[in-house]
Amino acid sequence: MNRSFHKSQTLRFYDCSAVEVKSKFGAEFRRFSLDRHKPGKFEDFYQLVVHTHHLSNTEVTIGYADVYGDLLPINNDDNFCKAVSSANPLLRVFIQKREEADHYSFGAGTLSRKKKVLVTLRDEGLRRRAHLDIGLPHDFRPVSSIIDVDILPETHRRVRLYRHGCEKPLGFYIRDGTSVRVTPHGLEKVPGIFISRMVPGGLAESTGLLAVNDEVLEVNGIEVAGKTLDQVTDMMIANSHNLIVTVKPTNQRNNIVRSSRTSGSSGQSTDSAASYHSLPAPHVLQNFHPDEMESDEEADIVIEGALGPPHIPKTQAAPPGSLSRANGTSLAHRLHRDLALHGSGREGNGSIHRLLSSLKPDPRQSLVLPQGGVEEHGPAITL
Amino acid sequence: MRRFLRPGHDPARERLKRDLFQFNKTVEHGFPHQPSALGYSPSLRILAIGTRSGAVKLYGAPGVEFMGLHRESNAVMQIHFLPGQCQLVTLLDDNSLHLWSLKVKGGVSELQEEESFTLRGPPGAAPSATQITVVLPHSSRELLYLGTESGNVFVVQLPGFHTLEDRTISSDAVLQWLPEEARHRRVFEMVEALQEHPRDPNQILIGYSRGLVVIWDLQSRRVRCHFLSSQQLENVSWQRDGCLIVTCHSDGSHCQWAVSSEPQQSKPLRSSIPYGPFPCKAITKIFWLTTKQGMPFTIFQGGMPRASYGDRHCISVVHNNQQTAFDFTSRVIDFTVLAEADPAAAFDDPYALVVLAEEELVVIDLQTAGWPVVQPPYLASLHCSAITCSHHISNIPLKLWERVAAAGSLQNVHFSSMEWPINGGTSLAPPPPQRDLLLTGHEDGTVRFWDASGVCLRLLYKLSTVRVFLTDTDPSENLHTQGEDEWPPLRKVGSFDPYSDDPRLGIQKIFLCKYSGYLAVAGTAGQVLVLELNDEAAEHAVEQVEADLLQDQEGYRWKGHERLAARAGPVSFEPGFQPFALVQCQPPAVVTSLALHSEWRLVAFGTSHGFGLFDHQQRRQVLVRCTLHPSDQLALEGPLSRVKSLKKSLRQSFRRMRRSRVSSRKRRPVGPPGEVQVASAKVERTGLQNMELAPVQRKIEARSAEDSFTGFVRTLYFADTYLRDSSRHCPSLWAGTNGGTVYAFSLRVPPAERRMDEPVRAEQAKEIQLMHRAPVVGILVLDGRSVPLPEPLEVAHDLSKSPDMQGSHQLLVVSEEQFKVFTLPKVSAKLKLKLTALEGSRVRRVGVAHFGSCRAEDYGEHHLAVLTNLGDIQVVSLPLLKPQVRYSCIRREDVSGIASCVFTKYGQGFYLISPSEFERFSLSTKWLVEPRCLVGSAKPKNHTRPSNGTGPEKALARARNSGNQSDGEESCSPVMEKALLSDARVLKEIQSTLEGDRG
Repeated sequence: MNRSFHKSQTLRFYDCSAVEVKSKFGAEFRRFSLDRHKPGKFEDFYQLVVHTHHLSNTEVTIGYADVYGDLLPINNDDNFCKAVSSANPLLRVFIQKREEADHYSFGAGTLSRKKKVLVTLRDEGLRRRAHLDIGLPHDFRPVSSIIDVDILPETHRRVRLYRHGCEKPLGFYIRDGTSVRVTPHGLEKVPGIFISRMVPGGLAESTGLLAVNDEVLEVNGIEVAGKTLDQVTDMMIANSHNLIVTVKPTNQRNNIVRSSRTSGSSGQSTDSAASYHSLPAPHVLQNFHPDEMESDEEADIVIEGALGPPHIPKTQAAPPGSLSRANGTSLAHRLHRDLALHGSGREGNGSIHRLLSSLKPDPRQSLVLPQGGVEEHGPAITL
Repeated sequence: MRRFLRPGHDPARERLKRDLFQFNKTVEHGFPHQPSALGYSPSLRILAIGTRSGAVKLYGAPGVEFMGLHRESNAVMQIHFLPGQCQLVTLLDDNSLHLWSLKVKGGVSELQEEESFTLRGPPGAAPSATQITVVLPHSSRELLYLGTESGNVFVVQLPGFHTLEDRTISSDAVLQWLPEEARHRRVFEMVEALQEHPRDPNQILIGYSRGLVVIWDLQSRRVRCHFLSSQQLENVSWQRDGCLIVTCHSDGSHCQWAVSSEPQQSKPLRSSIPYGPFPCKAITKIFWLTTKQGMPFTIFQGGMPRASYGDRHCISVVHNNQQTAFDFTSRVIDFTVLAEADPAAAFDDPYALVVLAEEELVVIDLQTAGWPVVQPPYLASLHCSAITCSHHISNIPLKLWERVAAAGSLQNVHFSSMEWPINGGTSLAPPPPQRDLLLTGHEDGTVRFWDASGVCLRLLYKLSTVRVFLTDTDPSENLHTQGEDEWPPLRKVGSFDPYSDDPRLGIQKIFLCKYSGYLAVAGTAGQVLVLELNDEAAEHAVEQVEADLLQDQEGYRWKGHERLAARAGPVSFEPGFQPFALVQCQPPAVVTSLALHSEWRLVAFGTSHGFGLFDHQQRRQVLVRCTLHPSDQLALEGPLSRVKSLKKSLRQSFRRMRRSRVSSRKRRPVGPPGEVQVASAKVERTGLQNMELAPVQRKIEARSAEDSFTGFVRTLYFADTYLRDSSRHCPSLWAGTNGGTVYAFSLRVPPAERRMDEPVRAEQAKEIQLMHRAPVVGILVLDGRSVPLPEPLEVAHDLSKSPDMQGSHQLLVVSEEQFKVFTLPKVSAKLKLKLTALEGSRVRRVGVAHFGSCRAEDYGEHHLAVLTNLGDIQVVSLPLLKPQVRYSCIRREDVSGIASCVFTKYGQGFYLISPSEFERFSLSTKWLVEPRCLVGSAKPKNHTRPSNGTGPEKALARARNSGNQSDGEESCSPVMEKALLSDARVLKEIQSTLEGDRG
């Protein structure tokens, strides 16, 4: 359909740093360009889009088609930046009115259905799908999500379980086992950690993202290779309030098969570990912000004196950083923040971390801060 | 995440780290686990002990220690020093021989394995043909005679272990020379004894198990004479002049045979069964030693009446109408007698009996009437009663040290005054930098005070808490009260006594204040004793207080053991630490934490139910706090009341079994320290899979408040800090529990002049619940300069700078999973280091240590020394909580090793590598206690056997001399070594000089 481009046209813009943007709202198209290296902020982009489509006073959601043809959201600086930098050559942007938007198209836990979503999206101008009347994402508390799809090999899945405030138990067991890896010496059996059992009704089972015999590769960004079962157990329990496990699902049929493999910019292949471990380390961790790790860390409760009623959390003035943060962060982040605030009432601990780590330099991001402006050697940032 | 952990590559800091930290396992204290062989060199005056795990340990004068490990972890069966040389040969249970030598390197001697050898028989021969039973190092220093199961004696040449086949003394060759009636008995008999003639190196004695003993002439290759006994032969002793042979037999008899020119002796001169007439056990080894006075010493092992005393481990000494059967506490591995070392001397004149039993080394003075025991300066049996806890105190003031030592010397009056007879070699280690005490608590209710300053761990003083309580056994009842004419004349020797009268007496926590001499000791049945050092014996009553830790909690029933019954009325105490107050916790659960503040005169104690504070000045309880969660049933019902805890105890006993199984392999050399062994983890895991067990699975679940044992008090801490507001500091008590709760109480201690009149008050000021709910294992307050607060009375004794009370204080809470720094008085989180979330390891032990720089004399830093459940040791910086260094130290399966670890205040530590041995390690470059010693070098030319009258002084002088020459030697020794090893001509030359010397 729209996917065939005129080569000459694209090349015309390729050399210079401008990115051609084709923005579509309903049946209307708008074209403009952005600076590939300095795309600016999401807020500005949002204003620009709303302005060009004359959509002021309307809440919209913005999405874009990535190199694989998947529809991904643009709702914060990070994914905006990613969208611009990965545009090859054209950045195709889709606008939907928020009340009309199919909330399943992007957001947590929906990527496995993306193919279908994309189809829907392409035909959207012709026939509108009847959708359920469901509230906005921020009315819900996330319980799990698949994250970092853009950087992980297709055979792997990074699942985040939000236990905070959830009454359900995490509900799974792990065991030792062996897995087969492709190495330079051929196939090799190596020890691995596997999910052995799901507790019925537990959080892990209810997400549908983890299954028995899935191999656990990482826990909160740390590889489990070479670690004992007890070590991995302790790591998972220590991270249980915000557990991020990277697994290699035993059932590989539900993987997202990306359409345009030829353009495979990241050079990821399908065999699991060999290619996985060959990824440069910063790449593996690029979407792991300390921020995320900390975001819903529960704060300790301090009770002053012996007189007050027990377990009333001590309130504390909001740290100065939290306001300035709210602008630049995603919806999801704000969500966590709210939750954390509501959950324990106090987040004195780690608020400085969050402030500082939100300013973390990202090589792909042109923030106002100069690169490396805040370094990790500051005395206060020790995690 | 990881980017923040990446160490900032500050080269200056890296350099400083190298000056501050360094990991070394320095020395093993205590008694070797599972000893299996004993060797002694009369010329070097060095003792060697081999173990079942393949270790060889050498001991000389106090401080002179060497350790060697065979590459194979096979049991050491025999150890033989080569006569007059710094070399020894070991026989392992895989029938291999190993040559070890002490070589001087860099001014100190080192024990090295030179070569190994396995005797090979002719093709097709049975394996028993070459199974070595006896090893005789010949005095020519180049030959080893090897007696075998087949009855053949093989000869190998040293060094190089060349088999000299033409010199083999086959049983057939021996047979030729025997008359007809002796021949029929030789079938399949093995060589039981091989001895060289004490005066004539050309004659050796061969004893065969069927009772035949022959004297073989090496030059003419013929039997000079033979002796035929009717009983199975066990061992032989040859009198010093070579005129008399004493044999011992399996029926408990020993016989004397005269050696004369007559080829056959059909009847012994004398034969006796010392413990007859009823059937006796075999006498397995015998010594026949002459004295100037005329009456010989007969010393033999075994021979006890089978029915009534067959289970005893006895060595009998018979001399001049005196006979004593020393009854040892454990199996006798081997023994030797220290006697005149010069072969030319006319008499043996034995002076000491050295017995290696399975659990201890006993040395008996044979010169003093009554044959008292000599107290060894090393090889102490740490486990004479099982160790239940340990506590280390660095830098003891001289005054306290002398008082403890004086109290201890009064306990040692029954020991011989003989100087330690095994005194070879010279210790070159510098005198210990400070006086350190290691206190071990034992299952039988005793606390032992060990001098841990140097290489030798020496018992200073033993404290028993048993007298305070009424126990089933009356202490006056003595096991060895036997009549004068009792037969056999048994005498119990040794201190190993693993049987505890009452497990409730076990010591669980110890806290000593080195400045005031106050000691708090707490045990298994919730008993907390406060003791005071008194130089005089005293009789007084011990004040008792009950601490009801459950308070108003209703409906719980303790199903565990009862509390101990204390003696009413005055109790007499010997000089030393004397108890004056006893707090008994109710329910009487194990005391899990203890703290003492000698300046405020307060003792805090905690169990699985709560904690309390006791004022030992006024002998009054100040505070009791229950820490139980209402749903925590398990803690209330006692240790063995529920299925879950039964399961736990089963698991523990399995662990114990496994540990004893793996402990035999514990000495296998591990990789370079400091390298975390990922590979070994993999090997383990693949090993597990090969066993094809049902998969072990682990539940992943967040901890909740309802988990068991959340109320278990893990740590208690006193601090003078800003607890309530930042303007006034006050005394405070901090308690941390298993459920991640920290309680803080502000204390009001009356000033000294009104200390007896006004009560001490405590008021809860704060309660912190760590949301990760991991057990709190350490609490510490840092002063305004971020330095840990000093110990009580430390400032008063001018041994520490007074803490900075101007700047703001910080609270450090160490849980099993995280390190967390909070501000004070407002407890807000400042920094943290997550250990478990990142590495999957948990904190097992934590201690503050001062690390001195090896370069700058007065530079030092305070940091945390941390031991994890994986057996790694890490240093975490204060106050920024940055990981500094990390070393792998203990195997992760070694649960008891990890549990027993203690850190010192100066970056050293101890942990149990077996029930009876502490390994000492050091994280510091500055404080390093390790053996450095020199043993008279093996220069054959001027090394003759000590001539008549050579005492230990002379041997020492010789060692010192070579020590002085060591610089010169050091430069040329590599060349010499090479020459010695490679050049056969040089060897020959040396041999010829040797022979010349001797001729």
